[in-house]
Amino acid sequence: MRRRTLLGGAVAAPLLAACSGGGGGTDSGGRTTLSYGMWDPAQVPGMERIIAAFEKRNPEISVRIQLTPWASYWTTLKTSMRGGTAPDVFWMNAVNFQLYAANGVLEPLSGHIKADATPVDRHPKALVKLYSYRGTQYGLPKDFDTIGLWYNKQLFDKAGITYPDASWTWDDVRDAAAELTDPHRRVHGFAAEMDRQIKIYPAICGADGYVLENGRSGFGDERSIEGMRFLTDMVDRGWSPPQSAMVESVGRVRYWSEKVAMNYDLSAMAGQMYAVPALKDHGGIAVLPQGKRRATIIHGLANVVSAKSDKKAAAWKFVHFMAGREAAEIQAKAGATISSYEGTQDAWIKSMPEFDLKHFIEMQEYAVPYPSSKNTAVWENLQYPLLGAAFSGKGGIESAARTLGEQMDRALKEERDS
Amino acid sequence: MSVFPATAAAKAAGRSRTSASGTRPGSRNQRSAYWFIAPLGLGFAVFYFWPLLQTLYFSFTEFGAFGGHTFIGTDNYLRVVKDVTVWQALGNTLIYCVIGLMALPIAIVVASLLNRRGLRGVSVYRALYFIPFVTLPVAVGLVWNWLYNGDFGLVNEILSWFGVDRHYWVSDPSTAVYAIGTVMVWSTTGYYLVIFMAGVKGIPQDYYEAAELDGAGPLRRFFTITLPLLSPTIFFASVICMINSLQTFDLIYIMMAEKNPAIGDTQSVVGLFYKWAFVENAQGAAAALAFLLMLVIAALTYLQFRIQKRWVHYA
Repeated sequence: MRRRTLLGGAVAAPLLAACSGGGGGTDSGGRTTLSYGMWDPAQVPGMERIIAAFEKRNPEISVRIQLTPWASYWTTLKTSMRGGTAPDVFWMNAVNFQLYAANGVLEPLSGHIKADATPVDRHPKALVKLYSYRGTQYGLPKDFDTIGLWYNKQLFDKAGITYPDASWTWDDVRDAAAELTDPHRRVHGFAAEMDRQIKIYPAICGADGYVLENGRSGFGDERSIEGMRFLTDMVDRGWSPPQSAMVESVGRVRYWSEKVAMNYDLSAMAGQMYAVPALKDHGGIAVLPQGKRRATIIHGLANVVSAKSDKKAAAWKFVHFMAGREAAEIQAKAGATISSYEGTQDAWIKSMPEFDLKHFIEMQEYAVPYPSSKNTAVWENLQYPLLGAAFSGKGGIESAARTLGEQMDRALKEERDS
Repeated sequence: MSVFPATAAAKAAGRSRTSASGTRPGSRNQRSAYWFIAPLGLGFAVFYFWPLLQTLYFSFTEFGAFGGHTFIGTDNYLRVVKDVTVWQALGNTLIYCVIGLMALPIAIVVASLLNRRGLRGVSVYRALYFIPFVTLPVAVGLVWNWLYNGDFGLVNEILSWFGVDRHYWVSDPSTAVYAIGTVMVWSTTGYYLVIFMAGVKGIPQDYYEAAELDGAGPLRRFFTITLPLLSPTIFFASVICMINSLQTFDLIYIMMAEKNPAIGDTQSVVGLFYKWAFVENAQGAAAALAFLLMLVIAALTYLQFRIQKRWVHYA
């Protein structure tokens, strides 16, 4: 009998302490510990600074980063969702958003946003809209990304070519690529890599084509094919390494090691480029050259709350904080990515004074949102296997693109029917 | 004096025979045997038999992305049979199987070479051959990807001494499947080597001595003594090897990047299963694919058991 009371007391003590500590969903330490799922190691320092600022204001909540490499992030997330061990707050991208929202595993935020007057309107409209599903907001943007033209000034100087600027068209790129290619030193003018976000989609949009519109694939469209031909043609002429080479050392790495003179790449890569001494010294940035029209792809990540979390109140506090000015400024200063909060981007631009980062912000005007549907992964997975040969210098981009268009339309139809 | 141990051995043998005859069907001894195999049986039921039934059931359903499923009949099987990538993956898997079996002749030859009397450092060789097998496939894949790298890989460097042009081994569709197969053979040979070394040790030395007296050379001895007497071991190893190579996944997953143009030509059935189940949310179809792979493996294993009667000699 005595033993039982003793045991009961031992169990009750921390519980009482927890109750006095603050609010529901607390752990034994009296603090609510949130897990925050993300994939980019480059952004960990910035996120840690934001978390420190958040914890200072909310001493009853602590946030623990759960870093999963990009390659396994979504598989892990989906499995942990089913198993009930998913993080309370995590990063979401446009590709996966609709699938998660449609299946009810994300916490609707509209009510909270209204109640706490979250400054949603200070974020780019297109980006905010990307994370609403059937009129309900499920995610709040934290950053955005555009694609720009990165070039190596030293290689340009050596070839005696003027640097790219806003007046450049695809013809200028082709001429420069031809001049810059030096087979003896194994230097290529351009990296026409098979990558949907940084190469294929921008080229398709630049040629006035489209990837997905009104539930139909644009890959079979003549304009889209012309955009892709701009890339494969570079491979065929030897101005770009073939895809088979770029799968073993990717275009970005070739640009870092100064084996490629021009490369399309994400603004989010600025920090990593900045860390390469040679590029900090003579790496240049320009807006994407114009094809038939001006275009780049814009995409941004959002913070979402898991519907299965048992600490939703604390999770919302964190997401609300992340969508505010203070967090955005910290993020911008950390330099890893452009924060989406209006007016805080200057800190990001100033974080790397040697780079002309303002071009990435300028391009917002004509940026096309990253295409997505409910089962984006299914039709996106069709692309690389079907386009691989054409990007390896084997030709046949026209028929490959048409086949891809047909198969993608079939996948989209299945998506609608399901 | 020399007779004494022999009689002792005979006595011991006699005793063991009487105790063996005590094990009649239904006796206490036999019942206790079931208790001994029960843990394994339980593990088998929980981890193999139950998942097998579940897979069979799920292959007739469609999954929601985050749980829940509906019964849809044989649609998944129709999808599997109609999908060209399935047939391509099955073809690739059979190629891996054939290449994977190459580990056996290599292991047999090395095992019989290491069986030479008076050879020193056998255990060192055995360890060297075995190390790749106990290395994680992920590590093996990464290292070999560096070796194969078209721009600065060691393989190209060595081949260039012989005037061979640089080549992107794992990203050219015409060589990728063989490049991966080579690594498979490299990493499994040690395992079969250990099995064959045990098998070769079991062949009485007298046969070799007698053959040598009759004037048989090393090749003759290998083909007329070693190979036939090793055939039960070879049979066991080939069944294991075939099943393992039909289930190959990890090495390919590591060595083939998503954007590799050779991906369609190297994808194995299990690789396709992974893609369907964990990337594309088609768990039902993936279950059907897994079940069909099981049938293929069962059929090929049955075939091997049928054919073994013609070439396996149980001495």
